[in-house]
Amino acid sequence: MSDRVKAKRLDGSIPVWRSLRFWQSAGQVGAAVGIAIALGVLGDNLLFNLEQIGIRLGFDFLGSQAGFTISDTILPYTPADSYQIALLVGVVNSLRVIGLGLILATAIGITAGMARLSANWLVRTIAQIYVETLRNTPLLLQLFFWYFAVFLALPNAASPLQILGWTLSSRGVTGWGLQMSSEFASLLAGLSLYTGTFIAEIIRGGIQSVPRGQGEAARSLGIKPLPTLWLVVFPQALRAILPPLANQYLNLAKNSSLAVAIGYPDLYAISSTTFNQTGRAVEVMAIVMVAYLVMSLSISLLINIYNRSIQLVER
Amino acid sequence: MKNPPASAPPPAIDRSPVRWLRQNLFNTWYNGILTLILGGFILQVFVAGLTWIATKARWAVISENLPLLLVGRYPAEQSWRLWLVLLLAIGLPVSIWGGKRRRSPGVGWIYAFCAMIGISWLLGGGFGLVPVENSLWNGLLLTLLAASLSTVLAFPLGVLLALGRQSSLPILRIACTIYIELVRGLPLIGILFMAQFLLPLLLPGDWRLDRLARAIAGLILFNAAYLAETVRGGLQSLPRGQIEAAKVLGLSAPLRLWLIVLPQAIRMVIPAIVGQFISLFKDTSLLALFALAELTGIARSVLAQPDFIGRYAEVYLFIGLIYWIVCFTLSQVSRQLEVRD
Repeated sequence: MSDRVKAKRLDGSIPVWRSLRFWQSAGQVGAAVGIAIALGVLGDNLLFNLEQIGIRLGFDFLGSQAGFTISDTILPYTPADSYQIALLVGVVNSLRVIGLGLILATAIGITAGMARLSANWLVRTIAQIYVETLRNTPLLLQLFFWYFAVFLALPNAASPLQILGWTLSSRGVTGWGLQMSSEFASLLAGLSLYTGTFIAEIIRGGIQSVPRGQGEAARSLGIKPLPTLWLVVFPQALRAILPPLANQYLNLAKNSSLAVAIGYPDLYAISSTTFNQTGRAVEVMAIVMVAYLVMSLSISLLINIYNRSIQLVER
Repeated sequence: MKNPPASAPPPAIDRSPVRWLRQNLFNTWYNGILTLILGGFILQVFVAGLTWIATKARWAVISENLPLLLVGRYPAEQSWRLWLVLLLAIGLPVSIWGGKRRRSPGVGWIYAFCAMIGISWLLGGGFGLVPVENSLWNGLLLTLLAASLSTVLAFPLGVLLALGRQSSLPILRIACTIYIELVRGLPLIGILFMAQFLLPLLLPGDWRLDRLARAIAGLILFNAAYLAETVRGGLQSLPRGQIEAAKVLGLSAPLRLWLIVLPQAIRMVIPAIVGQFISLFKDTSLLALFALAELTGIARSVLAQPDFIGRYAEVYLFIGLIYWIVCFTLSQVSRQLEVRD
C-alpha cells in the first residue's frame, strides 16, 4: 500500500465511493426516484386511459340514484335512494354477517379444539374429521354447497322443517327471535364452519402449549376437570391463542366478501353492482379498500387492547 | 461396582379390545353416555349418507363430464400433450431434490428450466403443434396451472418485498411495508377485481392482457405480499452470527445475501411456503367469479347443462373431493418437511 493512500486513511477522509453513508443516501434517492417514476407512469396511463373511455375521476356519482333493489336489508332502502345509501346498506350487511360469524366461529372453534383433546376416541375422531375435511376444501365451494345443495334444497315455505324451535324452509331460517334469508344463513354457516376449523387448531395448540404440570397441580388441589380447564389451563393458553386468533378473525372479515357469489348484498356485492352501473373502477375500488382496511384495523385494535390486558405483568 | 437393583418386569399391558373400549370410550359414566349418543347419531348420518350415495344420487353427471371437469375443453385428440405435461411436472420436484442430493443442483435447475419451456410449448402449441387457445384450458388443469404459475412468479417478487421491508433505507422500507399491508388488508376478491378492471387502466393502452393473464397477475400481486411475510420470518430467524461471519470473510453485500442469507432463510420457510401454496390452491376457486372456468367454474357450467339441473350435491361433493385430495396430500408433505428439519 502506498504512502499516499495510508496518509489519506489516517486523516479520516475516505474516498466517496467507499463510504457507507454515500451509498445509503444514493440508495435512498434512487429508491425515491424509482418509486416516483413508477407511480407517475401508472398515474399518467390511468388519466390517459380514462380520458379515452370518457370517464372523469370524482365521487360526485355517489349522490345519484342507485336504481337497483337490495333483497336483504335492515336499514330502510328503496331503489330511489342514492349510491351512498346503498353502499351504507352494504357496510351494515357486512358488519352483520361478520359480527355473528365471529361469535359463531369462536364457539365452534373452541368446542372442536377441546373435542380434539378429549379422552373419548369418538369425540376426538369426529372433531378431526370435521377439521381436516372443511379446511382442505375452498370456502367458495362450501358456500355454493350450503346455498344450492342445503338451504335452497329445503322444503318450500308451505311445509317447512321444524327443529328445536327453528323453522327452516327454502325461503330462509327463522327462530329464537332471529330471521335470516337463505343467502345470509348459507354465508353464516359457511364462514363460521370454515373459520371454526382454523380456530380449533389454534385452540388445540394453545392448550397443548400450557405445561401439563399446571393442570395436574390443579387436579391435585381437588379442582374438578372442567373448572381446571376453564380457570387454570385456558387463561394461560389464551396468551398463545390470541395473536393467531386475531389473524383468523381478519380472514373471516375478508372472506365475508365471498357473499357476492351467493347473492347476499354485502359491501363488496353492492360495490360491484355500483361499478357495473357507473364504470367507476377507481372510485369504487378506493371505497372498498378503505372500508376493508378500517374493518381490519378495528378488529386488530380491539384484539390488541384485549391482548395487552391479559399479558403477564412482570414486576 | 454394585449391581443395579433388581427391578420387576414392567406390568403387562392389556391390549384387548375390551380394555381399549373402556379406556377410550367408556372411561367415565358421562363419556359412556356421550359415546352412546354420538355413536347413534353418527350411525344414522352414515346410513343416510350411504343410502343417498347408492340410491338417490345420480352420478351420471360426473361420469359423463369427467374429462370436462379435469381438463375442460382441451381438444380430446391432443390429450397426449397433457400426459406429457403431467410427466414433466412430476419430474420437476424429483429433479430439484435429486440434484441437491447428488450435490449438483445445477443439473436440477437446468432440467426445471427446460421442463417449464416444454410445458408451455405443449400446452399452448405452435412450432409444429396445433395451437390450443388458453380459453380451452379449463377444469383441474387450469386450477393447477394458475396456482403453480402464480406461486413461481410471485416468489421472486415476494423475496424482493421481504428484503425491502428489512432494508436500512427508510423510503424503500416504507414503500414495501405499505404494499404488503395494503394487499394483506384486502380480500382476494377485491385484488382480482382490481386486476380485471383497474390494471388495464394502469397499463399503456396498447398492452392487451387477456382475462386469464389479468387474473393470474392478480393472484401474483396477492400472493407476493403473503410470501414476503413468510420469507421475512425466515430472514428474522437467521442467527446474526451468519451475517457477521460472512462480513469477516470479506463477502460483499450482494454475495452475502445470495450465498449466505437467502439459501438459509428460504430453506427454513419451505414448509410455510407449501402451506401458502395450499391456501392459494383453494383461493384459485375465486377465478370462477370472474368468468374463468377453472375447477369451480367448470362445475357451474356442468350444472347449467339441461340434463343435470339441480345436481348440486353430486357435483360439489365430487370437486370438493378433488380439492381435498390435493390439499390434504400437500399438508402431509409440509408436515413431513417440518419434522425432518
